[in-house]
Amino acid sequence: MTKNKKTTNILIVGTGGQGVVLASEILSYVAVESGFDAKKSEIHGMSQRGGVVSSHVRFGNKVASPTIMAGDADILLSFELAEAVRWLPYLAPGGKAAVSNQRIVPPIVTMGAADYPGNPEKLIIEQARDAVITDAQKIAGDLGNTKLVNTIMLGVISNYLNLPKENWKKVISGAVPQKFRDLNLVAFEKGCELG
Amino acid sequence: MKKLLSGNEAVALGAFESGVKVASAYPGTPSTEIMENFARYEGVYAEWAPNEKVAMEVVVGSSMAGVRALTSLKHVGLNVAADPLMTLTYIGIKGGLVIACADDPGMHSSQNEQDNRFYARFAQIPMFEPCDSQEARDMMPLAYEVSEKFDTPVLMRLTTRISHSKGVVDTSDSKVSDTSERYGFESDLKKFVMIPAHARARHPKLLEREQALQKISEKSDLNFIEWADRSVGVITSGISYQYVKEVLPDVSILKLGFTYPLPEQKIRDFAKQVTKLFVVEELEPYLEAKLREYGIEVAGKKFFSRIGELSPESVGKGFEKAGVLTEKLPSLRPLSADVQMPRPPLMCAACPHRGLYFALNKLKAIVHGDIGCYTLSVMPPLKSIETCLCMGASISMAHGMAKAKAAAGIDDQRPIFATIGDSTFFHSGINSLTDVVFNQSNVNVVILDNRITAMTGAQVNPGSGVTLQGEPTAAIDLEKLVRSLGVERVRALDPYDIKGTIEILKEEAAIEGPSVMISRGPCVQMTKANLNPVHQVNETDCIGCTLCLRLGCPAISQGDVISNKDGKKPIHYACIDPVLCRGCTMCAQVCKSKAISVKSSYPKE
Ligand SMILES: Cc1ncc(C[n+]2csc(CCOP(=O)(O)OP(=O)(O)O)c2C)c(N)n1
Repeated sequence: MTKNKKTTNILIVGTGGQGVVLASEILSYVAVESGFDAKKSEIHGMSQRGGVVSSHVRFGNKVASPTIMAGDADILLSFELAEAVRWLPYLAPGGKAAVSNQRIVPPIVTMGAADYPGNPEKLIIEQARDAVITDAQKIAGDLGNTKLVNTIMLGVISNYLNLPKENWKKVISGAVPQKFRDLNLVAFEKGCELG
Repeated sequence: MKKLLSGNEAVALGAFESGVKVASAYPGTPSTEIMENFARYEGVYAEWAPNEKVAMEVVVGSSMAGVRALTSLKHVGLNVAADPLMTLTYIGIKGGLVIACADDPGMHSSQNEQDNRFYARFAQIPMFEPCDSQEARDMMPLAYEVSEKFDTPVLMRLTTRISHSKGVVDTSDSKVSDTSERYGFESDLKKFVMIPAHARARHPKLLEREQALQKISEKSDLNFIEWADRSVGVITSGISYQYVKEVLPDVSILKLGFTYPLPEQKIRDFAKQVTKLFVVEELEPYLEAKLREYGIEVAGKKFFSRIGELSPESVGKGFEKAGVLTEKLPSLRPLSADVQMPRPPLMCAACPHRGLYFALNKLKAIVHGDIGCYTLSVMPPLKSIETCLCMGASISMAHGMAKAKAAAGIDDQRPIFATIGDSTFFHSGINSLTDVVFNQSNVNVVILDNRITAMTGAQVNPGSGVTLQGEPTAAIDLEKLVRSLGVERVRALDPYDIKGTIEILKEEAAIEGPSVMISRGPCVQMTKANLNPVHQVNETDCIGCTLCLRLGCPAISQGDVISNKDGKKPIHYACIDPVLCRGCTMCAQVCKSKAISVKSSYPKE
């Protein structure tokens, strides 16, 4: 007997407060808008307070499990370098990674009780195919708002996914406050150019 | 219309569509969003109650008035509400009543992972278990029908992965049921007054009800078979069904959604028609044990753990071990050692709890903890609390320890403290404090009054002064309340004033008899503005002593190296992240070198 293999699996990770959940919400809606069944799963609670946040998004004709099997993620999207490294083992062979190169060093490292990964960029490039590691914070800052990091990174992974661009734009437009709409669409385009 | 809803949102929608008019709950992850979402619908009443027992009794009263009602809680919340539940099952209902209870296998945010399916059997009430958001929503009207038809509360049993996963829900058939037919309270002493004589008459009815429900479960579409390859048959429920579908899409499945009482005949028939039978369920062998009782040969916990959450990978591994799954599961890449860096959750920058625990740390006291954001004080560097059991227990455990010390003549001069959040104090801490007063123990209680239930995502509590709807209401005055219980030594403290806090704690510790301190500082998540201007480290004065780091503030980290003499460990300047800093001033207070001050380039507020 064999297992089901007709879904697209995207793992979105970061730390509490980075907007992981909103990004996965947008992606899920783009999939639904494009006619797919979609599920997403994350754990909220303690993680809000600066802990690890991961959100699983799966779409296809019919999705069963809301979580991705370890080693079966087609795409890893990370908003933080060490978190990308933490979740790399989730990638399927040939899986791709898109990483915003921000470093959020937890106090446990500052206190000397743990080490931040030595060369995260190297590990990511070694383990993922076509990894995009980008200074999304700087791009967002240049556009005038660091909160745009998420939209930029969604632009990057949109290149890996076969979902119509107009659906991305429609969902993003609906998900952000009116006055930031155009800026977010510009940010999305910027991300698309990076992929 | 197709919407992407979480299981909790779907339960709230299903309740609204069922014509529920009253809902009461106490927050608890992963159940909290049920009430938060239900409260947003037009024409309903929803509230946060002080605890789960109260919430349960509130909805029982509403049901007695013929109105459909809902309570939601986390698994351990049902322990608190078990007392009303166990007699409610005798009384039954008038307006439909559903108890939506979310278990937390894996303990993502809980103190245990008890399997609440046993509550359905214990209370002999029907139980529904959805496997996704669509089912969660669709089961609600059925649950209310069953509730009213069989005069019983219904347990809607969810788990974290159902509550917090989002899936597509087709809401095109959405309409709100009119249940006004049942409205109104009519006296019925033999049903509503559970004196022994009446209860004795109700007990046989409960057993009759159970038998009738068993027949319904037998016929229910919620228990359905998906026939495929009959060499392997799987009986499963809830989220485990999805994992089975994921790893073995071609086996025959009996998917159970009505899981108390179980459809015995359907199970027997299914078992007969498959060669090898498995049960896949999370936590306890609830289904498996029943099958064995029927005398059916089955494998379950032998392959699927009793501990923690299941997952597609663990279910896959179980079937691999059982020799059923022949295709190889995805293999994990080797983890590099670098990945081991933990990232534990932290108290927020400028959280008022930090000052209190930093001060308690200086005291050499035995500090009992309770449940809330402040439980994080168990982690280094604050590392202050010694115990944490369940909500409200800090005060009672402190009392018991103080009494034990006296009774057994233990020579231990350390003062005993109990630390408890305001929401937890209102939940069940009041009862414990009553014991301290009644039986007089030498216990020092600190109530961390941040005016909110922060841990579960900032729900209002009886001290907040606002309702769930955001309307102003009476705010219970903790100081007056505690005094009225008979505590004579009651005083407020300012946790942002570390020296002052240490002094007050020492004074109270030195005095024999109960005392209560109210540590006042609103939750920083609730305030937008910084408390004071952002601070910075002046590198000409910083000596890299790490005193400020011992606050465990996420805004403070080690910056550039000051010196690295003789190959010794480098010494770093402290460094404050101006984006995270909220100006609580605690780091400036603890710095002996006076190297921390208001950031000069920062505009004054
Ligand atoms: C019986 C029970 N109900 C609910 C919960 C979920 N829960 C954990 S902590 C908490 C309350 C925290 O509020 P508070 O005591 O005010 O502390 P804060 O988080 O605000 O610091 C709740 C509701 C629980 N653990 N046990």
